[in-house]
Amino acid sequence: MEKIRIVHYLNQFFAGIGGEDKADIKPEVREGAVGPGMALLAGFGGEAEIVATVICGDSYFGENTDEAKAEVLELIKQYNPDLFIAGPAFNAGRYGFACGTMTEAVQNELNIPALTGMYIENPGADMFKKSVYIISTKDSAAGMKDAVSSMVPLARKLVNGSIIGSPIEERYLERGLRKNYFTEKRGSERAVDMLLKKLKGQDFVTEYPMPNFDRVDPNPAVRDLSKAKIALVTSGGTVPKGNPDHIESSSASKYGKYDIDGVMDLTSETYETAHGGYDPVYANQDSDRVLPVDVLRDLEKEGKIGSLHRYFYSTVGNGTAVASSKKFAAEFSKELIADGVDAVILTST
Amino acid sequence: MVKEIERAGIPVVHICTVVPISLTVGANRIVPAIAIPHPLGNPALDPAEEKSLRRKIVEKALNALTVEVSEQTVFDK
Repeated sequence: MEKIRIVHYLNQFFAGIGGEDKADIKPEVREGAVGPGMALLAGFGGEAEIVATVICGDSYFGENTDEAKAEVLELIKQYNPDLFIAGPAFNAGRYGFACGTMTEAVQNELNIPALTGMYIENPGADMFKKSVYIISTKDSAAGMKDAVSSMVPLARKLVNGSIIGSPIEERYLERGLRKNYFTEKRGSERAVDMLLKKLKGQDFVTEYPMPNFDRVDPNPAVRDLSKAKIALVTSGGTVPKGNPDHIESSSASKYGKYDIDGVMDLTSETYETAHGGYDPVYANQDSDRVLPVDVLRDLEKEGKIGSLHRYFYSTVGNGTAVASSKKFAAEFSKELIADGVDAVILTST
Repeated sequence: MVKEIERAGIPVVHICTVVPISLTVGANRIVPAIAIPHPLGNPALDPAEEKSLRRKIVEKALNALTVEVSEQTVFDK
C-alpha cells in the first residue's frame, strides 16, 4: 500500500526556529518531518510520510492573516498531499488561530482532508470547531503523546473516507452537528430515564446540550468624554520595572494594580512587560506602546477626557485560564466602579 | 476580562491586533491595533510620528466609547 502523504503545519517555536523574537517569520517550507512531526510519524507507524512541513511565525500569521493564508496554501498545494495536519497548538492562542485558519482553508479550498488539535480553551477552538475537526488536547506540549494517539486514528478515517464517530469516541471538539441513528430505546423512554436520574440527583448525559452563548450586552455610550474618568487595563503584562508582584510570564495566577499618579510617560527605566508570549523588546523600550499613558495624559491636559484613573490594572494574557481572567476582572471591576470610573480602555497584545 | 468589565456595568473598548480573537471572546467595542508586540506603536517610525499614530488609535477608542452599539462592533475607520 502506498504511504499517506502528509503536509504538516508548525509555528516558529515548534519548528525549532526560535521563540517570540522569530514570531514574525514569513511562511517557509522544509522537506520531511520537523519537531512534533516526528511524533506524528511514529504514531502512524510506517503508514504515512510527512512530505513537507510548512512553517510560519505566529505574529506574522496573526498580523497578515490573508496574505499568510494564501502563501501557506500555495506551499501546501505544490506537494499535493493526501492529508493536512496543523499543530497541535495546545493552549497557544495565536498558533491555534493559525492552525484553525489553515485547516479550514485546506479542507474547503483544496478539498484535502485536514485536522488540527487544540486545548478546549484555546481561542482558536471556539473559532473553528464547527468547521473543522479539532482533536481535544491538553494545554501544553506535555500532551503531545495523547494528542498523537487521538489524531492518528481520526486522520486515517478522514483519508479513507470512513465514517467518523461521535466527538467522545474520536476525541475531537464538538462541532454542533446532528446525525440520525437507530437506538435501542425510543426517545420518550430515554427522556423519562434522564428525568428519573435527574430527580434522584444522579449524573445523566443530555442528548442535546444547549449552546453556551456567553455574551454581555454593550453598556450605554459615554455621553461626555470631557467629564469622563477613563481607566486603563491590559493583558499585555505592563508592570513597573522589576515586576514587583511577580506576575508570571504565562498562565498568570494574579494581576497587578499600579499607581500612575503623576506618571506622564512610561519609559524603559520605569516600566516593562512581564508577558512571555510575545517579543518584549518593543514594550520594554517604551511601555506606552502597550499601555498608552503618554497620549492619555496629553488628552487629559487638553480637556478631551475628564481624567485618567489613578490606577491601571495589568495581567499577562498568555495561556492564562479563562476562569482566572474572569475572576481578576470581576474583582477589579468592583474597585473601578467604587472609584467612579466611567469607561475602560483595555489593550491586548 | 473585557466581558467581565462590561458585565460590571462599565463601557469598555478593546484595542487588540487579532480582531477575530476579540470577536470570539465577546468584546462589544473593538479597535484594531498595529502589531502584537507593539499594539499602540511602531518602532519603525520616529518618536513623534509614533506618538501621533498612538494618539490616533486612542482617539478612535475614545470615540468608540461615545457611540451607542447594539452588537459587537469593530471601529476600523
